[in-house]
Amino acid sequence: MDTTKLVTMANQIAAFFAAQRGDAAADTADHIAKNWDPRMRAGLADHLAAGGAGLDPVARRAAEILAA
Amino acid sequence: MSLVHETDYGTPASKSERSVTLTIDGRALTVPEGTSIMRAAMEIGTEIPKLCATDMVDAFGSCRLCIVEIEGRNGTPSSCTTPVAEGLVVHTQTERLKKLRRGVMELYISDHPLDCLTCAANGNCELQTQAGKVGLRDVRFGSGVETHLDLKKDTSNPYFTYDASKCIVCSRCVRACAEVQGTFALTISGRGFDSRVSPGMNEPFLQSECVSCGACVQACPTATLSEKTLIDIGQPERSVVTTCAYCGVGCTFKAEMRGEELVRMVPYKAGEANRGHSCVKGRFAWGYAQHQDRITKPMIRSRIDEPWREVSWEEALTHTASEFRRIQATYGKRSIGGITSSRCTNEETFLVQKLIRAGFGNNNVDTCARVCHSPTGYGLKVAFGTSAGTQDFDSVEDSDVVIVIGANPTDGHPVFGSRLKKRLRQGAKLIVIDPRRIDLVKSAHIEAAHHLALRPGTNVAVLTSLAHVIVTEGLANEAFIRERCDLDAHAAWAEFVADPRHSPEEVEKISGVPAEEIRGAARLYAKGGNGAIYYGLGVTEHSQGTTSVMAIANLAMATGNIGRRGVGVNPLRGQNNVQGSCDMGSFPHEFSGYRHVSDDAVRGLFEDLWGVTLDAEPGLRIPNMFDAALEGTFKGMYIQGEDLLQSDPNTAHVAAALAAMECIVVQDLFLNETANYAHVFLPGATFLEKDGTFTNAERRIQRVRKVMTPKSGKADWEITRDLAAAMGIDWGYTHPSEIMDEIGRSTPSFAGVTYERLERETLQWPVTPKAPDGTPIMHIDGFVRGRGNFMITDYVPTTEKTGPRFPLLLTTGRILSQYNVGAQTRRTANVAWHAEDVLEMHPADAENRGVRDGDWVRIQSRAGETTLRVTLTDRVAPGVVYTTFHHPMTQANVITTENSDWATNCPEYKVTAVQVMPSNGPTRWQEDYAAQAVKSRRIAAAE
Repeated sequence: MDTTKLVTMANQIAAFFAAQRGDAAADTADHIAKNWDPRMRAGLADHLAAGGAGLDPVARRAAEILAA
Repeated sequence: MSLVHETDYGTPASKSERSVTLTIDGRALTVPEGTSIMRAAMEIGTEIPKLCATDMVDAFGSCRLCIVEIEGRNGTPSSCTTPVAEGLVVHTQTERLKKLRRGVMELYISDHPLDCLTCAANGNCELQTQAGKVGLRDVRFGSGVETHLDLKKDTSNPYFTYDASKCIVCSRCVRACAEVQGTFALTISGRGFDSRVSPGMNEPFLQSECVSCGACVQACPTATLSEKTLIDIGQPERSVVTTCAYCGVGCTFKAEMRGEELVRMVPYKAGEANRGHSCVKGRFAWGYAQHQDRITKPMIRSRIDEPWREVSWEEALTHTASEFRRIQATYGKRSIGGITSSRCTNEETFLVQKLIRAGFGNNNVDTCARVCHSPTGYGLKVAFGTSAGTQDFDSVEDSDVVIVIGANPTDGHPVFGSRLKKRLRQGAKLIVIDPRRIDLVKSAHIEAAHHLALRPGTNVAVLTSLAHVIVTEGLANEAFIRERCDLDAHAAWAEFVADPRHSPEEVEKISGVPAEEIRGAARLYAKGGNGAIYYGLGVTEHSQGTTSVMAIANLAMATGNIGRRGVGVNPLRGQNNVQGSCDMGSFPHEFSGYRHVSDDAVRGLFEDLWGVTLDAEPGLRIPNMFDAALEGTFKGMYIQGEDLLQSDPNTAHVAAALAAMECIVVQDLFLNETANYAHVFLPGATFLEKDGTFTNAERRIQRVRKVMTPKSGKADWEITRDLAAAMGIDWGYTHPSEIMDEIGRSTPSFAGVTYERLERETLQWPVTPKAPDGTPIMHIDGFVRGRGNFMITDYVPTTEKTGPRFPLLLTTGRILSQYNVGAQTRRTANVAWHAEDVLEMHPADAENRGVRDGDWVRIQSRAGETTLRVTLTDRVAPGVVYTTFHHPMTQANVITTENSDWATNCPEYKVTAVQVMPSNGPTRWQEDYAAQAVKSRRIAAAE
């Protein structure tokens, strides 16, 4: 999958949940888990493993939760 | 079924709750106060002769045929304009009345052509009927006197004629245009003998302001205004009540037939969504069903640069099944997927998603809501617990303040637009939030109290600023919030919106909306009585589309405008069955009824029902499918009734993705743009050719009834059933009612829905044991999720920004006469009003570029470029340009980008940074595309 797009999408989701009450990273991870196809999640995990360039802090933590 | 003649009560029903008892022709009766004597008489079956009265419009009292005598009162008052009163004793038939009526009728007939045998209305002419009823036997006048019999016909409108020589000047058409449609295109010009119905300033109909809704034709008691199809074919002999297949209003029509030939579509007065009204599309634009471009035989080809080859159904379906299985064997189970159609029935969309989940073994199913109202489903579910609007359309009759945001109802949802305008003429206030000055902002007898002409992409900022005013000025409905909402969520939200950065003065800098307009609109919505919000794709098709939906829900909860008539949050759904397709499990993460695929209990229910193991992982959304196709992991699609190439953003990207796949199956009426990249074409059926149900924007489930045989031999549900069988899955359905039974068994909100009930009534889901008769208004006693959930709506500017290279913002939309990608309406006479997409541009922007009205211009974004004609207008603000996406050779989506909503990937169609410059010819893309389209549509000669 297009990594740039995945990063953009993850950052957009994270930006929303960062403004909400609650654990932004966990909520971002939950949103991704419930809405992204496995190959997209795998793409995000691969990108994280490769350094996760471009991921905002909340999105990065969400990716880490998903990869754990 | 025989021809359905709906009772005409002569005047509209009174809504009074008080009753009046009177006597008519010796029979006592009790009716609501305010009822006319004419209507009261009709209630007991006494049809007082009439010509100028009809129950779709208010009484007028001009024809003098409906006169009655009332004991104790002088004269012979007209029964249409005289209300009932307690104790009245009315006589509808006396010697005096008979004589007067004959005299009146004699005058009418003296100036009417007596060509009844060759008249289009022969057999269904109210003038003829009333002449018979009053016992007219001879006409003493006419010889040698001036008449109107030589007046010429106006045949300019593609769908109906105006024959002035047959006009009795009853004004029913004029009043229908004003009261029902709200356009005021017709008037009576001249005085006395010269009085004639006049479109506009005595212009031909086609050149006038007439929007061809057909209300005047429906109201006409003679053949003065007649459908051209009626003139060509003759009077119909049977009616089939069915549901329109255009927008999400879901109008009920009588398909009036002669044999298997459709004579005309007439709006059904008992239709609960449209209450007897229609628009140009539903009323007239059904000719595509018979268009020569219809493909009626299955076709296959090995490569997209080959001509199509017509094959049998068996070969087409066996080939498709074989290809899909080959691809899955080669690339994996998740390498194929499909698209359900929001133009098809609930039963058909249910089957497509079932085929994908149970047959393909994955959840790679999506639908056109992805690119329109997916943010509505997500946002409203989070806020209220239900992925749908809260009201029925009747609700607007009780609204005092209406916010229309990002919607253009008079074009996109015309019948609702007319119902809204009627309420506005009665005094309700209107707030329009839209970058364009849509017709509702100011038109005949309508003027918005506030027009917040915001900069595209700033919805969230403006909606949050409205909330700021409501909270900081103490306008919130604290009692409602305490009783119905999550208080912790509310407290956090109130603190957030109260921040000075959300003040109108600050938001003015972002949005361009004057602070006082925002303050005025907020005060009016919060304190103006029943406040309703209606919104469309101008809300959802943004990178923050879901956040905007949540912001709208916040406003409704903060002001207590939810849970009763006249208020609510009302998404105006785009396609006829987009609500239904979403309900039926068309999203890759949800089964029918919006239940997540990872829910073991729900998945287990379907596994038991379908006898297979189902995937617990969400599938790909449409844009993800394209990306996966380009990556090489997604290789096949079954696309039912959706033109992805024309409707999805960044056409070049979509085309590349489609070209990268190995088996694309298009099931449609025509070789649409997506079919240029297809390997299998399965000919679909129109809504006239099948049974089923549609669910409209008010969650109303309505029957679609077959009126003619499918041209291809199969309805769409039969094609999917047979494709499943070719893949080794025997479903055995013999009628769509069996599919609905399965939907009811598996989907709680449809638990009480059966065809047996739908034969008698329409039902608005949820239809459950707690709400056995359905739910016209949602959240009356509490929110579905429990307590209403306020969400923080932080404004995140779109990354699509103007700059030196692309200094203008493009926003896209629809026009009245065309529908979606135009595949249907472009194949009707509606092209008379909109033969091409044009670019709206402010004169100041045009002057800077040396562009004149009507010039060809090139419009360019970072995604691509195309050319089209420009029209100069101050409807759009400087810096903003606007166009529609109805024509493939203009292809607005060559320009739009892949930016999308954070939650749902709904594309950001409404904001694209562009440059516009004069042009002297089509772009390279347009030339290449035209050549490729011709090449890809070749069909090999039959052997």
